[in-house]
Amino acid sequence: MIQLWPFHGGIEPKSYKTLSNQVAIKKAGIPQFLTLPLLQHIGEPTKPVVNIADKVLKGQIIAHCENEDCSLSLSAPIHASSSGTIVAIESHAVPHPSGLNAPCIVIATDGNDEWIERFPLPNYTDIEPDIVRNYIAQAGIVGLGGAGFPSHVKLVHNNIDTLIINGAECEPYITCDDRIMQEHPADVIVGAQILLHVLGGAKNCIIAVENNKPQAYKTLSNLAQGNIAVVQVPTLYPMGGERQLIYTLTGKEVGRGKLPASIGIVVHNVETTRAIYRAIYQGRPLISRAVTVTGTGLETPQNFEILLGTPMEFILKQCNPKSNLKRLIMGGPMMGFSLPNNKMPIVKTTNCLILSDKEEVKPLQMPCIRCGACAQACPINLLPQQLYWYAKAKDLKKIQEYHLFDCIDCGCCAYVCPSHIPLISYYRYAKAEIRANEQESKKSESAKHRHEFRTFRLERIKAEKKARLQKLKSKSNASKESAIKAALERVKAKKQAIIIQHLIDNSSDSHLQ
Amino acid sequence: MTIAILSIIVLGGLALLFGLLLGYASVRFKVEGNPVVDQIDAILPQQQCGKCSYPGCRPYAHAIANEEADINQCPPGGEMVILALADLLDREAKPLDMELKPTNEVRLAVIDEAICIGCTLCIQACPVDAILGAAKQMHTVIAQECTGCELCVKPCPVDCIAMIAIPLTIHNWKWAYPSPPTLQNPMEPLL
Ligand code: SF4
Ligand code: SF4
Repeated sequence: MIQLWPFHGGIEPKSYKTLSNQVAIKKAGIPQFLTLPLLQHIGEPTKPVVNIADKVLKGQIIAHCENEDCSLSLSAPIHASSSGTIVAIESHAVPHPSGLNAPCIVIATDGNDEWIERFPLPNYTDIEPDIVRNYIAQAGIVGLGGAGFPSHVKLVHNNIDTLIINGAECEPYITCDDRIMQEHPADVIVGAQILLHVLGGAKNCIIAVENNKPQAYKTLSNLAQGNIAVVQVPTLYPMGGERQLIYTLTGKEVGRGKLPASIGIVVHNVETTRAIYRAIYQGRPLISRAVTVTGTGLETPQNFEILLGTPMEFILKQCNPKSNLKRLIMGGPMMGFSLPNNKMPIVKTTNCLILSDKEEVKPLQMPCIRCGACAQACPINLLPQQLYWYAKAKDLKKIQEYHLFDCIDCGCCAYVCPSHIPLISYYRYAKAEIRANEQESKKSESAKHRHEFRTFRLERIKAEKKARLQKLKSKSNASKESAIKAALERVKAKKQAIIIQHLIDNSSDSHLQ
Repeated sequence: MTIAILSIIVLGGLALLFGLLLGYASVRFKVEGNPVVDQIDAILPQQQCGKCSYPGCRPYAHAIANEEADINQCPPGGEMVILALADLLDREAKPLDMELKPTNEVRLAVIDEAICIGCTLCIQACPVDAILGAAKQMHTVIAQECTGCELCVKPCPVDCIAMIAIPLTIHNWKWAYPSPPTLQNPMEPLL
């Protein structure tokens, strides 16, 4: 039993996990069309490498990173999730809080689900960690816990001594990680071994499971051996937050603005770990993921393995939706967002869909009474009421002094606020505004330089013109004078010649006379 | 008597010493340029649009620093810039000059390349060299560098430059300010 370190704050919302945690993961099937957005992760969007009317096979790369080299970029390629024909590369509704469209590749499936040739690496232990890491990047694997950070970026081996596999799954409703740990414990454990190899000999691996998932804990513990330990952690939201989990397990704090790697720790999600196992042992890139489809609006909530790009409609139909549906949420109830319709595709970051038959109740918002409940609940130990105050006043300088960018958007503060202030909305606004301002000031800086250079250039051209004119003038003056002189001389010479001629003529005349 | 002479010598010596020190410091630590102008210039949006009636942001900054111009003449900067300038210069914040139209959104110049005759007039008008082209060649705007100042629109003899709104995508979209409390959702109880 290892020592645990409780983190500050946190909340215990009602979990609703029993809605879906008893049902095994089911394959959702192949829809008629797959819509794959070019950006399904945090970072740079990918570029299409196929054309309309191309035939593609399952697992074929259809959109790649810049220069087709992902090992160095914050990006991950997109693969065809089933075989078929590319029918469109166009803007399409995507699951994003803005509700805007974004470029997607649309595949009309042929139903054969025919694989491209696969090259697994079961002898990965004989291969350089960097090559295995690159292989994982090519497989398009990103963090499947919801954030979607390209996994290979978190697999650089510089003095990492502890690998943590995050099986906390602390948000209400979500149960897909729980099911994966119960149904595929061996995949997770072998995946962890692969990660240890890629991390260049990290010493320990801890698989952390919240104590509301006893079955998952048991199955994993039975299989774990060697330097892999399975640890139960208390059920407390947001236990699955990277920093909270690290603190709970090790008592170490990650410095402000730093990555866990700076203290020798790397955290990967359970399903990501399984995806890496599947990539290495089966040559299977990330073309599907487990999704919890749940909520009070469905008769039969369950967990699915869904091909990426599958329309949500196709999935929801299989869960017997009730008739009076009110809201569709992607992600958990704490950190997810509402979607305007069910036509959007499942993407790499879709870990949960919640369909509710209840209207979103916006309770009466009251003024802040400075009760301090939010500060007690904040797992980062921030002062949410202060942040709210400055965000509301649009004081973007002051709010950063209160460490706005340490806030992990967990929503604990808003959950406990007795005045029902939508605190997160204020923080999101402030963060977005500050980032936009930074972009803008970069642009205006460049405009300033360009303007200064232009002014300088115009001055220079003017000066050059003037100089040239001067030179031309002086030159032409000189030449004019000499021309006049020459002409005068010529005239003089002519005159003289005439006089001489006269003299000669006269003298000869006189001779004749 | 000696005390009086002594104190005159001591004080005079001190005065001389400090005078020399100050004189030296003013040469040694001389600040290049005008720091107030730089600070003002840093606040201005650098569109170089000239709507303030000065030929660019820096000349306007100079004019403000010399108290020749008011702080409310920058339409692209709008309220934010006026507030920042008022704060910096300790002057009264006031609404934008009535004669100037506020520009709410930054737009982008686009040349209709089918109509362009390659006259280079717009190139000469662009304050940030964001238009590419040569005589009798089609011109084009480098979208990244365009500040949306609109100065190229008027000089075009064939009217082929349009200012378009920058399209909203998932990359430049941002979370809005939480909607103000309404009657159904009041912030303060209506008394
Ligand atoms: S959302 Fe931010 S401020 Fe609120 S509790 Fe979470 S970390 Fe703290
Ligand atoms: S919990 Fe709400 S009311 Fe209490 S201090 Fe925080 S913001 Fe104010």
